[in-house]
Amino acid sequence: MTTLTDRPSPAASFPPPAAGSRLHPGFGTGQGFGSGSGSVPDANETTHTPPPAAPQTEVRRQTSGLRMIDLLSGGGAAVASVSLTALLFTQLAPIQGPIAFAVTAYLLFVGIYALLVSFDENGPAVRDRIVLVAVHSLAATVLATLVFIVVFTFVRGAEALPHLNFFTEDMSLAGPLDPLTDGGVVHAIYGTLIQITIALIITIPLGITTALYLGEVPSKFSRFVRTIVEAMTALPSIVSGLFIFATFILILGVEKSGFAASLAISVMMLPIMIRSADVVFRLVPGTLKEASIGLGAGQWKTVWHVVLPTSRSGLTTAIILATARGIGETSPVLLTSGFTAAINVDPFHGPMVSLPLAIFQFVKSPEPTMIARGFGTAAVLMLLVLLLFVIARIIGGQTLEVVEKRRARLIRMGAALQPLATRGYAFVEPTVARAKARIDQWFADREVRLAAEALPDREVAAALAVPSASDRLESELSPDTHSDTSNRDTSNTEDKR
Amino acid sequence: MRDPADVAFRGIARGGGIIVLSIMSLVGVFLGFRALQALQVSGFSFLTEQAWEPDSGRFGIAAVIVGTILIAVVAIAIAVPLATGTALYITEYSPRKLRGFFIALVDIMAAIPSVVYGLWGFFFLQNNIVPVSKWISQTFGWIPIFAVDGADPNDPLSSITVYTSSTFIAGIVVAFMITPIITSIMREVFGQAPLGEREGALALGSTRWGMIRSVVLPFGRGGMIGGTMLGLGRALGETIAVYMIISPVFVIQPHILQNGASSVSALIALRYGEATEFGMSALMAAGLALFVMTLIVNFAASTIVARSRSGASS
Repeated sequence: MTTLTDRPSPAASFPPPAAGSRLHPGFGTGQGFGSGSGSVPDANETTHTPPPAAPQTEVRRQTSGLRMIDLLSGGGAAVASVSLTALLFTQLAPIQGPIAFAVTAYLLFVGIYALLVSFDENGPAVRDRIVLVAVHSLAATVLATLVFIVVFTFVRGAEALPHLNFFTEDMSLAGPLDPLTDGGVVHAIYGTLIQITIALIITIPLGITTALYLGEVPSKFSRFVRTIVEAMTALPSIVSGLFIFATFILILGVEKSGFAASLAISVMMLPIMIRSADVVFRLVPGTLKEASIGLGAGQWKTVWHVVLPTSRSGLTTAIILATARGIGETSPVLLTSGFTAAINVDPFHGPMVSLPLAIFQFVKSPEPTMIARGFGTAAVLMLLVLLLFVIARIIGGQTLEVVEKRRARLIRMGAALQPLATRGYAFVEPTVARAKARIDQWFADREVRLAAEALPDREVAAALAVPSASDRLESELSPDTHSDTSNRDTSNTEDKR
Repeated sequence: MRDPADVAFRGIARGGGIIVLSIMSLVGVFLGFRALQALQVSGFSFLTEQAWEPDSGRFGIAAVIVGTILIAVVAIAIAVPLATGTALYITEYSPRKLRGFFIALVDIMAAIPSVVYGLWGFFFLQNNIVPVSKWISQTFGWIPIFAVDGADPNDPLSSITVYTSSTFIAGIVVAFMITPIITSIMREVFGQAPLGEREGALALGSTRWGMIRSVVLPFGRGGMIGGTMLGLGRALGETIAVYMIISPVFVIQPHILQNGASSVSALIALRYGEATEFGMSALMAAGLALFVMTLIVNFAASTIVARSRSGASS
């Protein structure tokens, strides 16, 4: 009896005694067990048996964090706060506006929720819940706003984007009052691509060499270089533009051009790239380098065959992220590249506009079409940045581990498909063999025909004219075809093997 | 005896280092040299003068520096709670399956060009934030920085333009720009909080918030401060988003809700085109002042991060 009551008993769920006794002989003793009629304790029972009316089944432990009461208190607090705010706004206080409504409702929600939770939890648990609500709402605010900024740009730009001329024409023939069917931003796209290419040509070799110098050739001087580079990451981008403007354009007398803009972007990108490449090189395991040197490789061989291949994906990611940063910068370009509405693919002469600068110039205009063009350009720029980012993610995700995993998966998939492939081949084999036989037959027949054609015309004519001759010809040739087929059969059997 | 290839490699690497060093020093030295011309004329009044008329000899960065700092402070005051909440959500609360997505989202946002944030601020936020500005100024107007001159709270028809193009709006835009940067640093640091200590706190009966407060936040404090200061550095140097929103004034404007603000980078973007040679060196001096400020902030950040428990790897 005690053992039965101690144990989580299925009795409650069984129809009493008949079914129970049928299933389990022990059940017969516990008479009226599931019926809830109250049990009569045995005389010699010393321990107290709880009344069976009390739930005998052990409640299953909740492993998920969410309980019914959480939902109820959360939902109740939400309903209460919204209703209370509505009451406040419509009946009691002279406040208006959706933002004020949201703020009031939110504060009331937090208060009511804390009150509801405090009914059945202690102090720390209530504070835990308040923080839970706060963290969720802060994160939701940030993520929603950031997504909204992107969506807002695309929605406002949607007016300009569907026109194909937006991607194929420049603005040289389109004025501010022209509709969106005239003009486009191809000049800015060219400008951005040319400027970033020149900037990359300058910064990639210089940046990687310097990062290698910082990591692989440690000395007092390299530590000094590192300090200066770190200081230069603080250089505001407008100051790098100002520097190029003051030196190249004012002192050296170079005209405002795409090249000057590329230099300004390079000055800005270089410290970023060196710093991230330095971090990537530092992640190369020392044991790999030591193994390489232990095998007798020199420093250069170690760098070329160990350091660079190991950090390839990280390096690519660093370069792409620096590129995304450089593409989006407006202020250095504003000072150095000048502004034009026409396509200019010569970086050394004449002004060259880039996408961010084009956006900036478009939205300065009060005309709605120009503003729409500005947003369209922003959408193009953002697509470019997103594309770079996705490429960076894909390459950055290609660590050795992932590549190896993918290969292993392919091999496993191949192994799994092997029997299937064998069976499938066995299924189609007769058909294939038949088709093969037919093709061989056709070739053999063709040889016969060719042989017949190769015969002197006269003989053919005779053969055609005289049926018996043709018979003879056939009988002459038939052994050959026969031998051919036999050959073919053996080759087929060999194939099968 | 070294392999000639190694000698060449070292030489080339050192050459790259020297080139980069010379470029960087050239920027610094040139800025300093040109700035010196202007500083010799203005002397100490460069730090106290508010007006910017270099050609008449009256110029100083008092107004623009204060404006820059105010914008940055507003941005930090908004961005830090948002970033802390988001970073905690991503590391501690978010569903495990969505975590990678959120991390990627925040990282993408850090790469969105600032001109896009400027567009959003100018065409969306400006119109929608004015009632909030108005409400704050009418409710908390007795606090000096929230006061707005020329606004009559009793006149329902008063123009709302006194509330536009303010430090507050520019600060909000910059805040959303730097939030992803701060978030991604904080997230990285919070994620490194040792599992053993987390489990220990939970095993002692702590709630999730108790665990965060006693393990994650103390562990990540260095990273939080460092990330905040990196964000501050970005906020100080931000040009285009601020330039699009503010209407520049050259007096110290302590009323953050009121039309009219200023920043060093916006000053440079505004005045570089029409500057004479001397005006150019005055702008250089302003740029140098901004650079020195961001430099101090960045070095302080890296020192704090390096000293903290979580610092070495971030």
